[in-house]
Amino acid sequence: MPTNRTQKLPRHKSDPPAVQALLVLLTILFFAAFIFMPLALVFAEGFRKGFDLYLAAILEPYALAALKLTLLTAAIVVPLNAVFGVTAAWAISKFSFKGKTLLVSLLDLPFAVSPVIAGLIFVLLAGSRTGFGSWLGDHGIKIIFSTPGIVIATLFVTFPFVARELIPLMEAQGREEEEAAITLGARGWQVFSVITLPNIRWGLMYGMILCTARSIGEFGAVSVVSGHIRGMTNTIPLHVEILYSEYNYTASFAVASILVFLALATIAVKSLLEERVHDH
Amino acid sequence: MSIEIKNITKRFPGYTALDDITLSVGTGDLVALLGPSGCGKTTLLRIIAGLETADSGRIILEDRDTTHLQPREKNVGFVFQHYALFRRLNVFDNVAFGLNVQPAGRRPSKNEIRDRVEHLLKLVQMDWALKRYPSQLSGGQRQRVALARALAVNPKVLLLDEPFSALDAKVRQELRRWLRKLHDDLHVTSIFVTHDQEEALELADRIVVINKGKIEQQGSPREVYDHPANAFVYNFIGNVNVFHGRIRNGKVLIGDSEIEAGDGVAQHDEKPGQIFVRPHEIGISRIRSGSGDVAGTINNVRLMGGQIGLELTCEGFESPIEAHIPRELWLNLELERGAEVFVTLDRVKVFTGEYEI
Repeated sequence: MPTNRTQKLPRHKSDPPAVQALLVLLTILFFAAFIFMPLALVFAEGFRKGFDLYLAAILEPYALAALKLTLLTAAIVVPLNAVFGVTAAWAISKFSFKGKTLLVSLLDLPFAVSPVIAGLIFVLLAGSRTGFGSWLGDHGIKIIFSTPGIVIATLFVTFPFVARELIPLMEAQGREEEEAAITLGARGWQVFSVITLPNIRWGLMYGMILCTARSIGEFGAVSVVSGHIRGMTNTIPLHVEILYSEYNYTASFAVASILVFLALATIAVKSLLEERVHDH
Repeated sequence: MSIEIKNITKRFPGYTALDDITLSVGTGDLVALLGPSGCGKTTLLRIIAGLETADSGRIILEDRDTTHLQPREKNVGFVFQHYALFRRLNVFDNVAFGLNVQPAGRRPSKNEIRDRVEHLLKLVQMDWALKRYPSQLSGGQRQRVALARALAVNPKVLLLDEPFSALDAKVRQELRRWLRKLHDDLHVTSIFVTHDQEEALELADRIVVINKGKIEQQGSPREVYDHPANAFVYNFIGNVNVFHGRIRNGKVLIGDSEIEAGDGVAQHDEKPGQIFVRPHEIGISRIRSGSGDVAGTINNVRLMGGQIGLELTCEGFESPIEAHIPRELWLNLELERGAEVFVTLDRVKVFTGEYEI
């Protein structure tokens, strides 16, 4: 594939240098105030009582358990939502069917609903007060106040990311390549794997990264559903809150810095992948 | 492979795209589906391919009822208006695609595939571009690759959806000629859709003129051009002047003039009608040559290469008419704006039907 060459715009087509400088300055100030500074402060506060205490806070058993749960949740949620998202986007962009508009609106539901409400929905649905909940209890299936509940709540909240990323992309790409493929004799899964998937891979990657970031950082829904049982149903964000509410500020910032690392790692992966795009 | 299209009807919410279409295509024919945008021709093509389903009717390919078959079971090649090349695959892989996706039992060996792909690319004169990607090719080049790709799986029928309309004029002409030659060499039954009547006249063995989901006329290019069945066909194929007049006793009355009405008009009482005449069937001279001549003045002269276009205002005609005359005649008569001439309308065609321009 040919590489993109960016060209400088001729002078009369771009903003005057003063305007460009001003815009860049404003952007930098915005980023500095709202992103760089808070992140730097997290580290500063975490290291306030020295490196040993920082390490101790991170390696503390409950913190490690929370990290494990956070990563496990992401590891389950992201692939599942990738599959759901691709399936939904595929159906919506390549086919016409009754109820399509309704489906598209439903996709936005998790965004419209407050995460706390989302968590409450599952508590009510599967908690011991309802018929469904007591049935679950009778069969020894624990959802609320247990890992499955956390996974389901996170699944709900991060569901739209992949689909919303892919739908406009696939609609813009149209169906013609897929139609050509089927007239040439390809079966459904061949069309998907050889034609559709490669065409959407960067959109899919980006959607999965957004999904990962959100599922790692999700607080509201998970908080309602988890029961805050230390060492068992706490994710990192929840653990940070617990430490903070116990006035254990330094430790809470230390654990919060793990979240920052995870976020930075996610962004690094994304950048690496973007490099690949321009390489081939 | 012959194609029988029987009573195909397709409705979309709000309008009927195809209304009981019945059509036959013989083996080895090159047939044009010609009509204005939205007339249903592309829908018909896609139904034959299996990309859309008709509400009723049948498609029979060589005695096999294929109406409800999947596209891949029909063995038809399809060439899209915008090429639809696989953007992530290079030219070689594009053309080889249809062969590569065949199930393990039927798939040819790697060498056979390579030979076939190279042979086809040579045929379309794109063998130099094996490793290129579609984005590196021009429109005409992409369409040739698309054709090679469609031919790779040995289709019994080739369907082309406005294959050249996305290309510029010169390339379009070249590819038209080239497609005709390819068809003469390969003899694959082909149906192509176009809204360009010139293209249909130049390429097709048979033209099917479609309007608003119905077939207006089908026949050889000559039949359709010389003997249009109705006003729509006359107007759609070739250039035409249209004007109103009255018809009586086989003559057209316009203003003070009486013109022979041509074939098939036997009227005893006066009736209004639409009169059609082609620009190049209008005679121009400086002197009156017959009683049917009409006096006129030249408004405008257009140089169109070998022919000259004259816009004339004539007595009794409600709007200017356009005549095309050979360049030599124009030079001989020394016609310029404002010149007074006599117009002979030899072969007018009269329609008293409902079709209004």
